[in-house]
Parts: sequence; C-alpha cells; structure tokens
Amino acid sequence: MNANRAGWPLYEVFVRPRRGLNHVHVGSLHAADDRMALLAARDLYTRRNEGVSLWVVPSAAITASTPDEQDPFFAPSGDKVYRHPTFYDIPEDVPHI
Amino acid sequence: MTATELSEATLEGRFDAVVAAEQRIEPRDWMPDAYRATLVRQIAQHAHSEIIGMQPEGNWLTRAPSLRRKAILLAKAQDEAGHGLYLYAAAETLGVDRAELTEKLISGRQKYSSIFNYPTLTFADVGVIGWLVDGAAICNQVPLCRCSYGPYARAMVRICKEESFHQRQGYELLMTLMRGTDSQRRMVQDAVDRWWWPSLMMFGPPDDDSPNSARSMAWRIKRHSNDDLRQRFVDMTVPQAEHLGVTLPDPALRWNEERDSWDFGEPDWSELKKVITGQGPCNAQRVERRRAAHEDGAWVREAALAYAEKKRSAQ
Repeated sequence: MNANRAGWPLYEVFVRPRRGLNHVHVGSLHAADDRMALLAARDLYTRRNEGVSLWVVPSAAITASTPDEQDPFFAPSGDKVYRHPTFYDIPEDVPHI
Repeated sequence: MTATELSEATLEGRFDAVVAAEQRIEPRDWMPDAYRATLVRQIAQHAHSEIIGMQPEGNWLTRAPSLRRKAILLAKAQDEAGHGLYLYAAAETLGVDRAELTEKLISGRQKYSSIFNYPTLTFADVGVIGWLVDGAAICNQVPLCRCSYGPYARAMVRICKEESFHQRQGYELLMTLMRGTDSQRRMVQDAVDRWWWPSLMMFGPPDDDSPNSARSMAWRIKRHSNDDLRQRFVDMTVPQAEHLGVTLPDPALRWNEERDSWDFGEPDWSELKKVITGQGPCNAQRVERRRAAHEDGAWVREAALAYAEKKRSAQ
C-alpha cells in the first residue's frame, strides 16, 4: 500500500478522438512509467475506437490556475466587451461583415 | 461571527448556488465535508462493485460454451475492470488514494453491491446477470450522469455507454437458450427465479428506511428515490420477460391501470440486511479472492517500480 502511494505516479490521459480534433482530457490512471501509462491508457480509455492518438502526462507536471472558477485571475477578460464582434454597431445594409 | 466563519458561510452559499443552478462541482472547489465524505463512500462502493462484479461471471470464463460467448464475456469482464478504474480515478479527485480504498475493501471497512454475493450456478446466470443485474445497474446509473460532482458524472457517462452492451449480450444469450431444449429453458427460468429478488434489492432499502437519501437528493448526487427507480426497473423488465417467455417469480405482479405501472411484491428486506452485513452466500469468498489477487500482485507492482527506477537512473 505504501509502495503504491509512494511509487506508481498519477498520469492524466488525453485522447484525440479523430483527425482534426484536439486531444481532450478523459481521466487519469496510475502507472510505474511513461510507457506503461500509455499502454494502460489504451486499454482503459480506447477499448471502442475512441481515439487515434493518446497523450499521457504526469499529473505532477501540470500547473493549474487556482481552483475557484470565479477567481480574479480571470478578471482581466471580464470587462473587455470590445473584444467581441457584437460590441460594434454596423448598419444592416453593409454586406459581408 | 468571526471572519473565518463568515467566509465558510460564503463558500457554502456559493456551493449551494452552483448545485442549484445545475452546474457541476469540480475537484478543487470548496465543498462541505459531508458532501465530500458521501461522495467518497458512494464512488468507492461503486468502484468496488465493478471490481468484485468481475468474479461471479469470471467463474464462467473458462467454461463458456463457444469461442464467441467466451470473447464476449471476456470483453465484458474487461469493461467491469475499466469501470472500476474510472471510478477509482473519480474518487481520487476527492483526495483519497486508490490503494487506501482497496485496503478498506479487503479489510471489510467499505462495501460493494450486495448482488455480487450470490453464486453463479449455471451459464444461464451469465445471461440473467447481463439482463437483470446490468439492467438494474443502468436504471441506477443513468441519473448519475447528471450528478452534481463533475468527475463522477463524467465517469458515469462513459460507463453507461458501455453498459448497454452488457445488458444486450445477456438478453441475447437468454433468447438463444430459450430457443434451445426444454432443459435449457428450465435453466433460464431457474436463473431468473434466483436473481429476480436480489436484482430488486439492488436499488437499496425502501424509501422510508433510507436515511441518507434526502440529503443526497438535495445535493443532486441522487436524482430519484430507491422506490421510484425500482418501479421503473420493474416496468421496463416485465415486457422483456414476456418476450423472453420466462415467468418472474412474484405472485403479486399485476398491471395497475390507475397507476399505469406494475404492482409487485415486497422484497425480503431481512435478506438484504443479511447480505449487506456479510452473511450472504459468497461474501467471504469474494473478499478473500480480491485480497489474494491484491497480495499476489504485490511483487508485480514492486518490480514495475524497480524497473522504472532503474531506467531513470540509467539516463
């Protein structure tokens, strides 16, 4: 039990469902090394052709923003409505804009 | 009121608002301790059920009557293992460790579904488990896809997608047996007789004896009461039984025009209590098997670790 806790690290798994789409996070798993993580991810997350490509990333390597989704971290984008196309009034009869 | 108390109240208010708005709580959000504890208990119990659930059917892997049935059963057992792992991963997002949960399972401190403490006596049991047990599991699990805790809900979406194969292969297996000889048909009926009531018990005790239900429903972990889900399962299953040509072993089963539902008899709740408290036919055997697998696998876990370490130091 302790060996497991100290040992087999946690990996996050990302699957590209098909060509043209981004890799998407699907879950996590424990593995002793990168290669084993990749094989386990294949067996665990793509048993029914869910993917054409896999990434496994040690969870410890991920840097995340703070947990709260209402965090002031995202405040800079909150008050800049002029970044959106609908901010601008364009007459109805101007074509293709 | 001190500043920390105030902030706790604010946090709780935000949590409640997110839940009420049908949004999802995510791993690092603040959540009430009791919400976290309830989820850990429920998700762990669910994961354990998937893992222990491999045993009753695994009993028939080497004796499946054809290569086709064997390949299907193997794929199903592999899915159960996968479901267990999705769920352990979801539980780990709440700050517990999978090894710790396994330890609690094999020391009897955490439970798994009572249904897996019944023996699989014939190959027809494989079909009936797919049809009734996985059918009941689907009834229970579909609403969990909208559970307020994000990682659990997402794991359930994956699981439900795969569970439909389990139910259909079971029903098809039974249809095949029913088209066979008289003794094959008797075998199916016998399996249905043994599994019907335990399947109804999978939905848990009746509503007036289910103390934690109200809180779980307020937290949107649970969406429907035990009795509602049980009724839904009976209504779905009766026409399937008719189509199959088997009799459900309940003399009280009759259509109720007024309720637009099937009336059915009361399961023997004392049996459920007995099985939950460890006195079912296979409890000791299931846990012992799991313990042996865990302990026999210790050297593999250690060797993999040593190998990874050796490769790292060679670089």
